[in-house]
Amino acid sequence: MEKIAQLTLGIDIGSTTAKVVLARGEEILYECYERHFSQVRQKTLEILERLQELIGTSTVKVAVSGSAGLGLARAAGLPFVQEVFATGETVRHLEPDTNVVVELGGEDAKVIFFDGGTDERMNGTCAGGTGAFIDQMATLLDVTVEELDRLSLESTRIYPIASRCGVFAKTDIQPLLNQGAAKSDIAASIFRAVVNQTIAGLAQGRRIAGKVMFLGGPLSFNEGLRRQFVHVLKLSPEHAVFPPYARISVALGAAFFAASLNEEFTYTDLVARVGASATVKTDTTGLAPLFTDKKDYAAFRTRHAAAAVEYADPATYRGNAYLGIDCGSTTTKLVLMAEDHQLLYTYYNSNKGNPVGIVKEQLEEIYTVCGDHIKIKAAAVTGYGEELIRHAFHLDQGLVETMAHFTAARYFNPNVDFILDIGGQDIKCFKIRGGAIDSIMLNEACSSGCGSFIETFAKSLGYETEEFAKLALFAPAPVDLGSRCTVFMNSSVKQAQKDGATVGDISAGLSVSVVKNAIYKVIRAGSAEELGENIVVQGGTFLNDAVLRSFERELGHNVIRPAIAGLMGAWGAALYAKSTAKEQSSMLTREELKSFTHTSKAAVCRGCTNNCNITVNTFADGERFISGNKCEKGAGKRAAANPLPNLHAYKRDLFAEMVPVAGKRDFTVGLPLALGMYELGPFWYALFRALGFGVRFSGFSNRKLYQKGQYSIPSDTACYPAKIMHGHIEQLIEDGVDGIFYPSMTRNIDERVADNCYNCPVVAYYAELLSHNMDTLSSVRFFYPYLNINDDKQLCKELLAFLNAEFGGFGQREVANAVRTAKLAYQAHMKKIRREGERAVARAQREGHRLMVLSGRPYHIDPEIGHSIDRLATTLGFVVVSEDAVAHLATHPARPAALNQWTYHARLYNAAKFVTETKGAELVQLVSFGCGIDAITTDEVRSILEDGNKLYTQIKIDEITNLGAVTIRLRSLIGALEQQEGRG
Amino acid sequence: MATERVIFTKEMKRDYTILLPNMLEMHFKIMAEIFRHDGYKVELLQNEGQSVIDCGLKYTHNDACYPALLVIGQFIDALQSGKYDVNKTAVMMTQTGGGCRASNYITLIRKALARAGLSQVPVISLNVSGLEKNPGFKLTLGFGKRILYAVYYGDLLMSLVNQCRPYEVLQGSTQAMADKWVGYLVKELNSGRSLNYKTVQKNYINILKDFELNLPRTKEKKVRVGIVGEIYVKFSPLANNNLERFLVGEGAETVMAGLLDFLMYTVNTAVVDYRLYGMNKMRARIMRFAYNFLHKKQLDFIRMYRENSSFIPPTDFEKTRASIQGYINEGVQMGEGWLLTAEMLELIDGGVKNVVCAQPFGCLPNHIVGKGMMKIIREKHPGVNLVSIDYDPGASRINQENRLKLMLANASRELQEESTASPIHHI
Repeated sequence: MEKIAQLTLGIDIGSTTAKVVLARGEEILYECYERHFSQVRQKTLEILERLQELIGTSTVKVAVSGSAGLGLARAAGLPFVQEVFATGETVRHLEPDTNVVVELGGEDAKVIFFDGGTDERMNGTCAGGTGAFIDQMATLLDVTVEELDRLSLESTRIYPIASRCGVFAKTDIQPLLNQGAAKSDIAASIFRAVVNQTIAGLAQGRRIAGKVMFLGGPLSFNEGLRRQFVHVLKLSPEHAVFPPYARISVALGAAFFAASLNEEFTYTDLVARVGASATVKTDTTGLAPLFTDKKDYAAFRTRHAAAAVEYADPATYRGNAYLGIDCGSTTTKLVLMAEDHQLLYTYYNSNKGNPVGIVKEQLEEIYTVCGDHIKIKAAAVTGYGEELIRHAFHLDQGLVETMAHFTAARYFNPNVDFILDIGGQDIKCFKIRGGAIDSIMLNEACSSGCGSFIETFAKSLGYETEEFAKLALFAPAPVDLGSRCTVFMNSSVKQAQKDGATVGDISAGLSVSVVKNAIYKVIRAGSAEELGENIVVQGGTFLNDAVLRSFERELGHNVIRPAIAGLMGAWGAALYAKSTAKEQSSMLTREELKSFTHTSKAAVCRGCTNNCNITVNTFADGERFISGNKCEKGAGKRAAANPLPNLHAYKRDLFAEMVPVAGKRDFTVGLPLALGMYELGPFWYALFRALGFGVRFSGFSNRKLYQKGQYSIPSDTACYPAKIMHGHIEQLIEDGVDGIFYPSMTRNIDERVADNCYNCPVVAYYAELLSHNMDTLSSVRFFYPYLNINDDKQLCKELLAFLNAEFGGFGQREVANAVRTAKLAYQAHMKKIRREGERAVARAQREGHRLMVLSGRPYHIDPEIGHSIDRLATTLGFVVVSEDAVAHLATHPARPAALNQWTYHARLYNAAKFVTETKGAELVQLVSFGCGIDAITTDEVRSILEDGNKLYTQIKIDEITNLGAVTIRLRSLIGALEQQEGRG
Repeated sequence: MATERVIFTKEMKRDYTILLPNMLEMHFKIMAEIFRHDGYKVELLQNEGQSVIDCGLKYTHNDACYPALLVIGQFIDALQSGKYDVNKTAVMMTQTGGGCRASNYITLIRKALARAGLSQVPVISLNVSGLEKNPGFKLTLGFGKRILYAVYYGDLLMSLVNQCRPYEVLQGSTQAMADKWVGYLVKELNSGRSLNYKTVQKNYINILKDFELNLPRTKEKKVRVGIVGEIYVKFSPLANNNLERFLVGEGAETVMAGLLDFLMYTVNTAVVDYRLYGMNKMRARIMRFAYNFLHKKQLDFIRMYRENSSFIPPTDFEKTRASIQGYINEGVQMGEGWLLTAEMLELIDGGVKNVVCAQPFGCLPNHIVGKGMMKIIREKHPGVNLVSIDYDPGASRINQENRLKLMLANASRELQEESTASPIHHI
């Protein structure tokens, strides 16, 4: 008698969905894919019940898989199979000639290579979720995922969007939305970002080629995502496999895997085990509940009710009014304020990706409310969309949001000395000293986890934000979720769900996390005293009582939360409008508004080689507003006749002058213009020329160049200046060089001002990484000798050995002469920079311009790495110099508390010292994300500046191209300086 | 606020308690005894858990690396516990002076102490490069030698525990035997008997024999998993979420090189600096001498392993150095530098096909020596399982364990394919 094949059951519980497959051999008897909303055990039981008939009295072999399946398997005593391994099982059974599998799940992304032994890679701690990422982005665009997919198919262009994590991407997308870029283009760009992330973050140096199978929910649902993958990977139709079982592949693999196990279960046994597991609660180290009881909560409510604003009835009010608009990143807020500061009208809502439309609607509404009895005397706007809205509606004033918030906070407490604003997607805080903003801290792109994070989370668990917040108040054991970036919180939440935490506990835990994030990541405060005595908190997120309570609890200190916490930006704008009001407002009248139209068109600026993506907004009256530009040129303005000095530009010009040259030897050496080459490039350029080689630089970076080398980056958490190196290598190879030179040097130039002259490990040894991760390097010769730049004799010896080993025929004298020439060239280069620096400082002082030391490391002058922040600064009226142009001007060299053993750091410290010695000089430090070593310099530079009573401004940069936030930062700096000057 | 450093004076030596961070339990226990023997009042910190991490987060720049954060957390958590008179306590930390941010631990500790209102606490730098000096703490040759012996003992016990624990018949018997020996060694140090290499050798052999003969072990075949990484994260259970215990619990045997390798790597740095860059000939000579001294001892130990036991001895460091040919240059010397790559290769060479590379999130040298070398290692050694895991205060254990489980699943399939053992895969 023929034996009927064994029934096997695969259960895959991921972060958001449950997938179950019942199979007999390779035949699928039942499959399902459903969201579990954190109710892992209940969902599993519910699905199992549907299988009762199919299983009947037979026995079944079972394997559980998935990130949330681990806990279930453990509690129920069922076999577990790791999910990537399970995917491998599916492939081995059904498509054994597959070369690569790309599998995207709710929060995990995997690439599995099958050639030469299975090589499986999963996303690391810093790789943002994928399915969850797409969900989050859809929420941001206010569309469903299905709509997002549909939209993406109509796209005409792709914008660069960072996809390392949702926070980064949001920062890129928000300005696009505010600028009115087409949703369809953004949708396609989001999918492209996912593809780029998969290649850069996961493949890590291994090409995805051959027969590629795509698995997982997002890939099976989104046509647009599939198209982007096929397009970017250049796959032919027969090489891109999208199997029908894509979304259940892990469960299927688990079922296949189960067949190899010994243990068999009956249906009853299975249900009993899973059922029993529901009562097993693993130990969770819960935090204390936010409120002990209802009375406790009531007292809290009463205390905060004190900070209120009076309302007036617009129907009966007669007189003047002032309008304030806060066009934020995700929400638009409006207030109409009466002469004696009563509220006549308020609006707070998501801007649905179309702030212009919302404001227009609201203005119409406000005009209706006002009728003839209220006269709007002035209107001001603040926030991300400030410029756009001001131009569109001809508002009287625009002000930077930090100043708006300060103005508003001072209304509630004239003695306010600390303001914390947690909004939809940013945290801003400022210290007030002597009535002026003294220091500003904004959340860096990695540490958001703000309001919209709670909102997105609430939605993903199936709750409204308010309801979600309420659940937190009396949750018995809030989950401890840590205080790092949201991606980590996502996985901590997974862990908590696994451990059986309730939704309330998670909600409360998220509130605590947001607060900890703000205090320890953004403010970096050790105690409440450090913040100040009169703290005002604001921003929509603080309307969530759980967040407010967590904050007070963490500080051990009561704070003021105005009842209009969510409207403070608009309130500040209204107050500002009042203080600057003239007789007549310039705002569009009711009639003009009727004929108001707005169109936006994406374009590429051809003003220079930057090729910025810009958006041209055209309004009914023919006025145009251009956004996305990095300089005045893009805005359609001509450059000034005598532009302000900009040392970054000057240094770039010096490099541009070092053009490709041919030599008497038939061999061209390529110099990748990245990392340490920005310092010693002139040296090597002169050296190889003197030796008779042809020489060329790879040129400045741009996004395209970065993407060329992206596939070969092995460590996605390295800094952008390092990752961009891969593109430069590709560029040089394309340019047809014969060899590429990037020496390994533990030590940098010794300028004899510090205890040592180290390079950072990345600058020093990146060539070692390149040589083993870039297969294209095999087509040229790659030289990375270990060299001592500080000892001429030794350097000659080393170079001679290197040259003779690689080429032969070099004489000692020839090399010694070349080294001398190179050294002179480098010294002349540095001297030029210092002289130009001196000239710039002199001109700033002579003409009364503000001077900005835009400091960092030499490679920050690269237009792609530095995002042309230098040009932005000059448009704002700063004379811009680099740290190496002024470090020598410090009369008393800095004596930092930290070990001063890096050449670049020593310059930074001395440049900061120079700033403290120079009137009208400010320092802005550019810090690349992932630069661990800058954790030390930032603290040091800050103390040097603060000791000299100067403001410290830090700008963290990565692949992100959002200049909006940087503008706010720099304008706030100017605002703070003006206030200080006014005071002094 | 430039903080002036508090000097650890001779007077302080008498009545101050010096807190030591914990990295390697057995090594540091023995070292602590040597300190005590020399008249220092020292305390090896045992505090761990969330409060340590919270303290670290609160008082350190959060972008500083995880080991710094934990060490600082451990210090401040202890100082705030009320167990110590904060006016009579000092803390001690090593300082290498290399090009990695780790050189700045001392500064970070001082800053953190100042923020916590504990700026009166002296921070003693334990360094051999003459970076900072304290009159109350002198590194004599004899003292250094005894600390070195502690490293020998610690490495031996660690290696034996790793090789025995997964196979012990009686649960806990391995740890009991290791504890017994730590106790014995500590007592011997306290007895005032002068330490000499002869005694070390005698103890070494006795320990090897004791483990070999008196610790019943099974003969099962288990998956062997190597651990390499940034030194603190590699060794400290506090930093790596009990990586060793997790792997052993999952039925694996863990393999890792000892502290002596790192020491020899560090000593070798000056020799390489001279060879590559022509720097400081004198220093290179002294270090060459020290290196040869250490290497000779290592060869003795390897011989003792072979003559007295069936355990796998440490790898000859000269072989370790040679292994990186074709992979990475010895000039890569920041952080763990080329040694990390060498340790991966050494493990693979010794038949350990599964290697976990553990590092703090965003560890700069490891971009190159760890993640940067994996592609070429995989290419040259098909079938190896390399897993890189980042650790930091926010990283959830579930992600880390998930990745480890993937590695173990692959490894156990290979083990099954090799042997005829029944396919078991259970939690």
